[in-house]
Amino acid sequence: MTTPAATSAFLREKMEEGWNRPPIMEPDGEAELLEVAMGPHHPSTHGVFRMDLALDGERVIRLKPVFGYLHRNHEKIAEGVSYLASMPYTDRLDYICSLTNNWAYALAVEKLTGQEVPERAEYIRVILGELTRIQNHASSIGFLLQEMGASGTPLMYAFKEREKILDLFESLTGSRMMCNYMRFGGCRVDVSAAWLDAARKVVAGLPGFIDEFENLLSGNEILMARCQGVGILRPELAVNAGVTGPMLRGSGVNYDIRKIDHYGIYDRFRFRVPLGDHGDVYDRYMVRILEMRESIAILNQALKEIPGGSIMDPKAKIRGFRPKPGEAYGRIEAPKGELGFYLISDGGPNPYRYRVRPPSLINLTVLEDMCLGSNVADVVLIFGSVDIVLGEVDR
Amino acid sequence: MKSIEEIKSAIEAAIPGAGVELIPNPSPSGQHSLRLAPADAVEVARFLRDDAELAFDFLSNVTGVDWPGKEITEKVKVTRTVTRIVDGVEQQVEETVEEPRKRVEPGCLEVVYHLFSMAKKHGPIVLRMRTVNRTDQVELPSVTPIWRSAEFQEREIFDLYGVVFTGHPDLRRLLMWKGFKDHPMRRDYVDPDDFEYEPTAHDSVLARAAAHKAAIGGVAQKGTGAGE
Amino acid sequence: MLGEGILKGMAETARNFAGSFVSKERLTTVEYPEERIPTFENARVFPFLVYDTNDWEAGLRCVACQICEKECPPKCIYIDKSKDKKPDYAGKQQFYPTRFDIDISVCMSCQICVEVCPFEAIKMDTEFELATGDRFGGLLLDRKQLAKSNEYYHRIHPTEAAEVDVRLAEEKAKANAKAKAAADAAAAKAAAAKPAPHVEGAGD
Repeated sequence: MTTPAATSAFLREKMEEGWNRPPIMEPDGEAELLEVAMGPHHPSTHGVFRMDLALDGERVIRLKPVFGYLHRNHEKIAEGVSYLASMPYTDRLDYICSLTNNWAYALAVEKLTGQEVPERAEYIRVILGELTRIQNHASSIGFLLQEMGASGTPLMYAFKEREKILDLFESLTGSRMMCNYMRFGGCRVDVSAAWLDAARKVVAGLPGFIDEFENLLSGNEILMARCQGVGILRPELAVNAGVTGPMLRGSGVNYDIRKIDHYGIYDRFRFRVPLGDHGDVYDRYMVRILEMRESIAILNQALKEIPGGSIMDPKAKIRGFRPKPGEAYGRIEAPKGELGFYLISDGGPNPYRYRVRPPSLINLTVLEDMCLGSNVADVVLIFGSVDIVLGEVDR
Repeated sequence: MKSIEEIKSAIEAAIPGAGVELIPNPSPSGQHSLRLAPADAVEVARFLRDDAELAFDFLSNVTGVDWPGKEITEKVKVTRTVTRIVDGVEQQVEETVEEPRKRVEPGCLEVVYHLFSMAKKHGPIVLRMRTVNRTDQVELPSVTPIWRSAEFQEREIFDLYGVVFTGHPDLRRLLMWKGFKDHPMRRDYVDPDDFEYEPTAHDSVLARAAAHKAAIGGVAQKGTGAGE
Repeated sequence: MLGEGILKGMAETARNFAGSFVSKERLTTVEYPEERIPTFENARVFPFLVYDTNDWEAGLRCVACQICEKECPPKCIYIDKSKDKKPDYAGKQQFYPTRFDIDISVCMSCQICVEVCPFEAIKMDTEFELATGDRFGGLLLDRKQLAKSNEYYHRIHPTEAAEVDVRLAEEKAKANAKAKAAADAAAAKAAAAKPAPHVEGAGD
């Protein structure tokens, strides 16, 4: 392959054949193969993550992700402490969205024990989950633009709104990011009427924020030039590689666990699942914007309909919690994709096996496939569009 | 979606002689699983993916589970011949006694797969496979050629549990570094004594520091500083 | 038209730039040490021990049951239980902690200790300015440093503290009623067993 045109022709041909593994690309005969370790400390990697790149000039020929810099064996820690004591550790997986992590874990334990969650607690979970989704998508778009070179401005716009949501989290749960809020069979503290009013006020301001964000970005020619046609992910490969979340839907596969499993009370809300068409970076960006709008629709319904009542299953136990032997896999649609918890109980106070199915790690499976043949500057962009948090990748 | 029994019979109809065993799950989750014989696993996996009605095209979760060997004490009835004096005459008499016997139930490593279908929007179905033991026969067939999503997860299990996946295109450690020995998620894993202890006020940490010092021959490492 | 999107975005930033001079809502910067944002009532930082009455040592609600020590996810609580018992604030004989240390360099502010405590003895503080020059000793708080009065608890978490007081009062009333009932029953039993000749003077 001598020219960029030849490279893209080669890749297009391979793509039409459909690949399960990335094709092996050969460098140009005269060109020198340049090996670059991008990371672990690189401004675009959102933490400590390394990509070993092989470059032919500016083109990526090979990309190997290297993990483990933030590995603390979360699963082993969880096997040594009680079920409840793992809840604060789940906050630290994807530290942007601690409430959805809590929810996924609580859901898995509830499946394991067959506990019922009161209706009011389900509504609170939906409200917090959707607020989490909005602030995650807003900040992930902000970071994407930051990596594209739009230093600061879009990120600060996103953070301005995120701050309001984090204030809501803090006034309810006591902490901005490490919420540790959900419990097996309900939630920890009840929401007050004042909190609900504050939440309604924040939600009422969100459509204006997204309009502003879209005015700022969506039609921007530079953004389109950088994002459209870059990092294409075919739907067949996305399904086969287990990609989930906005990335999967950006490739046009209609799969949203809120619609499939109807976990919690998601069957009560009317919302649409935005889908992309091309599977490029721009589609992923757009799917996130549209998902925020759908989340606002869910929030409006939930904040209107929230009933009174208790927030904990009366049979739930805080001390001496021992599920009967058995196993369960519970999953939710976290902002980054399918977050699942797999638990095996042997009847003791600690889980025998505790496994996190991290969406961030599995979405990175296709990173090489998306990056082949593109420039280094685009690698940064494609990586940003995957939307990962290293706390969850390395666990 | 078909029930787990129907899926089992569908597999057995499609692949005659496939070793499939139904493992019931007593938990309220009701997620029963199928244990596959490793020899037929790849074929079964391909069938589950490609069958038009099942269409399990999405492998969500791959997990390792460690089941260490257990020492079981049980009473076994043993019949043996003893020489005994009966009516003044020495005779060979058979008698049955119960004697405790220890037996070691060999452990194994298990890999659990959770499959869903994106096309048919159903699932999950849980598959499991077991290795022969935990030491030298730890090979299992890889399903990465069938579902790419197993690629990193199988690497992780290879790394943390030590299951060797035959047919995996790129089997390297995922989270631990290249030269690392042992598999941290195994239940009998012991932390290596390579920490740099910092001076803290906790008795247990100080005790560990003292043990560490003794282990390395009384030479105080810099920063191991109990009471320095 | 090419460049329209860029112009639209620029108009948005210009609007925000100009707006920041007129809108009070957008002026969010606070000059920190001089000026402070009030903390939320539910905010939590590190745990502290509640005591009643004026004596921090005698009034500690903690009875050294060590549930929090066992449940603490990062294991940062260290408790030594007393050998003897002494009366707590309510006059009941209880064990007490001879040592109660929390290593706040390890603590992750998860509030599990507060949830599992059956005696309402440990609560979350809102004090966050805890910087110290001594990395190890300075961040290991002993029971004297951890003890804070119930009034302080009322000051930082008024709603929660009021609920706790009601609950404790109820429990105390229930315990008193039970003790009284038991005493009455014992007295009645004793009275039934051997009728006292002159009851009037019994209490003198």
